[in-house]
Amino acid sequence: MFTTTTFASILPEILILTIGLLVLILEPFWKDEQKRSAGWLTAGGLLVAMIVSLLFGRPGEPVAVLGGMIRFDWLGFFLKMLFMFAAAATALLLMDHEQAGKRGEAYVMLLASLIGMNLMASSADLVMLYLSIETASIPLYVLAGFLLGDERSTEAGFKYFLFGAMASTVMLYGFSLLFGFSGTTDLYSIAATLTSGSISPLLAFGVVTLVLVGLGFKVSAVPFHFWAPDVYQGAPTPVAGYLSTASKAAGFAVILRLFFIAFPEFTGMWTMVLAVLSAVSMTVGNLLALPQTNIKRLLAYSSISHAGYAMIGAVAFSQFGAASVVFYLAAYIATNLLAFGLVMAFSRVTGLEEITDYAGLSRRNPLLGLMMLAAFLSLAGMPPFGGFVAKVFVFAAGVQANYTWLVIVGIINSIIGVYYYLNVLKYVYLYRLPNQDEENHPVPLTQPYMIALVILVVGVIVVGTVFAPFFNWSDAGALNLF
Amino acid sequence: MNFPILSVITFLPFAAGMLILMMPANRKNETRAVALATAVIDLLLSAWVYLQYLLNDMQGYQFVEKYQWLNIPPLNIALHFGVDGMSAPLVLLTGIVMFTGVLISWGNDDPHIMAGIQDRPREFFAFLFLLAGGVFGVFVSLNLFMLFFFYEIAVFPMYLLIAIWGWVKTREYAAMKLTLYLFIGSVVSLVGVLVMYWTQYQNTGVLSFDMLEMENAGFSATFQNIWFLPVFLGFAVLGGIWPFHNWSPDGHVAAPTAVSMFHAGVLMKLGAFAALRVGVMLLPQGAQHWSWLIMTFAGVAVVYGAYIAFVQTDLKYMIGFSSVSHMGLVMLGISTLNATGLTGAGVQMFSHGVMTALFFAITGMIYDRSHTRMIPELGGMAKIMPFAAIGFIIGGLVSMGMPGFSGFIAEFPIFMGVWGEQWLVAVIASISIVITAAYIMINIRKVFFAPLPENLEGHVGDITVLDKVAITTLCLFMVVIGLFPSVMVPMVQTGVENIMRLLGGA
Repeated sequence: MFTTTTFASILPEILILTIGLLVLILEPFWKDEQKRSAGWLTAGGLLVAMIVSLLFGRPGEPVAVLGGMIRFDWLGFFLKMLFMFAAAATALLLMDHEQAGKRGEAYVMLLASLIGMNLMASSADLVMLYLSIETASIPLYVLAGFLLGDERSTEAGFKYFLFGAMASTVMLYGFSLLFGFSGTTDLYSIAATLTSGSISPLLAFGVVTLVLVGLGFKVSAVPFHFWAPDVYQGAPTPVAGYLSTASKAAGFAVILRLFFIAFPEFTGMWTMVLAVLSAVSMTVGNLLALPQTNIKRLLAYSSISHAGYAMIGAVAFSQFGAASVVFYLAAYIATNLLAFGLVMAFSRVTGLEEITDYAGLSRRNPLLGLMMLAAFLSLAGMPPFGGFVAKVFVFAAGVQANYTWLVIVGIINSIIGVYYYLNVLKYVYLYRLPNQDEENHPVPLTQPYMIALVILVVGVIVVGTVFAPFFNWSDAGALNLF
Repeated sequence: MNFPILSVITFLPFAAGMLILMMPANRKNETRAVALATAVIDLLLSAWVYLQYLLNDMQGYQFVEKYQWLNIPPLNIALHFGVDGMSAPLVLLTGIVMFTGVLISWGNDDPHIMAGIQDRPREFFAFLFLLAGGVFGVFVSLNLFMLFFFYEIAVFPMYLLIAIWGWVKTREYAAMKLTLYLFIGSVVSLVGVLVMYWTQYQNTGVLSFDMLEMENAGFSATFQNIWFLPVFLGFAVLGGIWPFHNWSPDGHVAAPTAVSMFHAGVLMKLGAFAALRVGVMLLPQGAQHWSWLIMTFAGVAVVYGAYIAFVQTDLKYMIGFSSVSHMGLVMLGISTLNATGLTGAGVQMFSHGVMTALFFAITGMIYDRSHTRMIPELGGMAKIMPFAAIGFIIGGLVSMGMPGFSGFIAEFPIFMGVWGEQWLVAVIASISIVITAAYIMINIRKVFFAPLPENLEGHVGDITVLDKVAITTLCLFMVVIGLFPSVMVPMVQTGVENIMRLLGGA
């Protein structure tokens, strides 16, 4: 029953749990000023966990383990590695957060939600899927409202919780209907029973819509995006970065597996629904990003539009399309974490978050300026950064699937995107502080930031130039869907 | 395996840019020295490529390098480099402009002369080299994906270079306008390119972004007629084709001198070259179908650009619009789709690149010293900076298309080619020659030979040695090609033969 394969399939989660327990056990014994070391422990532990999983936990042929609850395949594995990378970077960024960095609970919550996301990427059963989504979400509600003294953070936590609970209820209703129609909770068996003869298209449409409410909330697609700007703005910045990357990517993992595996019979219908969601998300996200003055809100709207771009690949419903989504997520996780990390690094020193406050940054800290350049150009989709290749791939998948209109919408949106991303860079590089005395206002980086940000910048450039291995892994994952 | 010279040419600027970024900010002179060394190496290498191509048998693509970059169906992307008779001169041109651009931007610590780049030269040279690497990459890429990759790399540093070091009054506006125009153009082409990729797969079962394979993709006539315009015009935006030229003069004016040189000298060629490579060569039937429209646009650009240049009072705007006019001639040559016109277009790309770089360089020198570019406020520069005056006059003669200079070698075949297709356009376009001669001569008289205004007397100095080296280099190429057309024309003709083969097969 409990074979080596079973063990290997949940090896990353076991390791993450171990790290979490270590943090819980050790943290009370540390002195106050040492407590931020929990971040080193978390990040280092995750690094070790990634290496160990890569060595001993690699999947072979896709298999169902643990009574069909978990699917052990490359899609899940590659995404797990991405989530763990994101969590490790987030832990480093959390370390020097004034209120949250010295509290071990923050890291434990982060790891708990990471376990949930890992399971989201690999669950093959509706029950497991729902459990893992909740496991990923509940710690995030807590983290978003982690700054007790801060009204905005409390509001963010509460808002996120209410929206999340609502969306997950609706999704659960969809799941129960799905079970009712097909008589099984196993995703891989649903497809066999749920054929166009057995269920009316209208009902299928209803089920798809209900499920999409929950997943749309996770990936913050329009019209389920209302929480995102407020939550990103209020939550501790590293948490916002984590929400906008790993949490979103986990949502996409579920979209890919659920729709590609369970609904192949109704492809024409759900791709159409996704196409509309994608077009609306891109357009609304980008248009609302234009008037933003707060950098975290700007990034929130930009992340809404990025959910739209990534969805183009899912709409294509092909192996290449799925691979392009996974690749997009890889590039996007590195890029957006970098952007939020930079915002965090800047606001830690200055306490400011308006875009205008970034004036003169390239003189206050040239390295930080260059990293801003990399992050925002990658978001805008410029080479040699990851965003360019990722965008070309999803657009290529869209064109291949004859969704040229959607690609054109995407392209118009990237143009709008270029405008507001460059606008931020204008402050960083062109404008100066009111007294032009930047040398008196340096923005120093502490060690954890230095490590995390440099790794992320290198990641963004490597994904954008040497894209072959990353695409290879994405493609190996996508192969498991067909 | 031969020495991978094209890769070295392309990636050296990137590597040098990284190196420069890592140097301490206060080591300005060391930064400049590294930049100059890189530029010299790149110039020598590109000259070597040019000469090797010229001296060998001048056949097809040479110095070909191919490395598989990503081959996971359905994607097939290779780093495939090679030059032919069309691109070899442009590689050389980029080397020249890079070298002279670095010389012009040297800067000094004399607060009275604002010459060159004083503020953050480290970042300036790094971004400039990023741009240069992208430009080299486009000229040598034989893979459509990589061409696109480098094309985008060449576009975005322009924003920073103009916005940070540009002319304070218009730089924000001009930089954003330029970037958005070019980005819109490139993404429109991108859609076309992706459609071409999948259609090729449907037609032939070949999955490849390789342009040499795409030439045989068997695109249907309807397909070519639909997709030629987006692809061609998308790239041609960067070539400053009328009516999408609007970004270009604003960009020229706002940009710092070296960036203006790059922008007008090389980047606009990038647009024309990519439009030719991708639009005309891969969709030849579409090109034949739409050549009348391109010819109309180009004809308007030639005359309109020259006329607007004539009425400008700002020296830099004048050169900016003359660039629109001269790039219109390139487009006119391309639109003829015959061997004569295309040869002219190829030579004109090189000739105009060198000429306009020279113009912008000298304008920059004048502005740095007199702090004005308004033609009525200038005068007497021939006495103060005789060397610059000679350079400007040589550039003017090239611009007018005088025999003995490269401009004549380029413009004559273009008009011949146009005459062969549509004599009326040739007649109308030739009006521009008269207008060009008029504004060039009037401005030479006003700026260089009119009496020196009193307010400028005494505090306008001569140009530096580095400036003189740059001027000499640029003039040399224009004169040599003018006197010995055989060093370039036969080479371009081999490139044109390749295009004619594709057009003839249609």
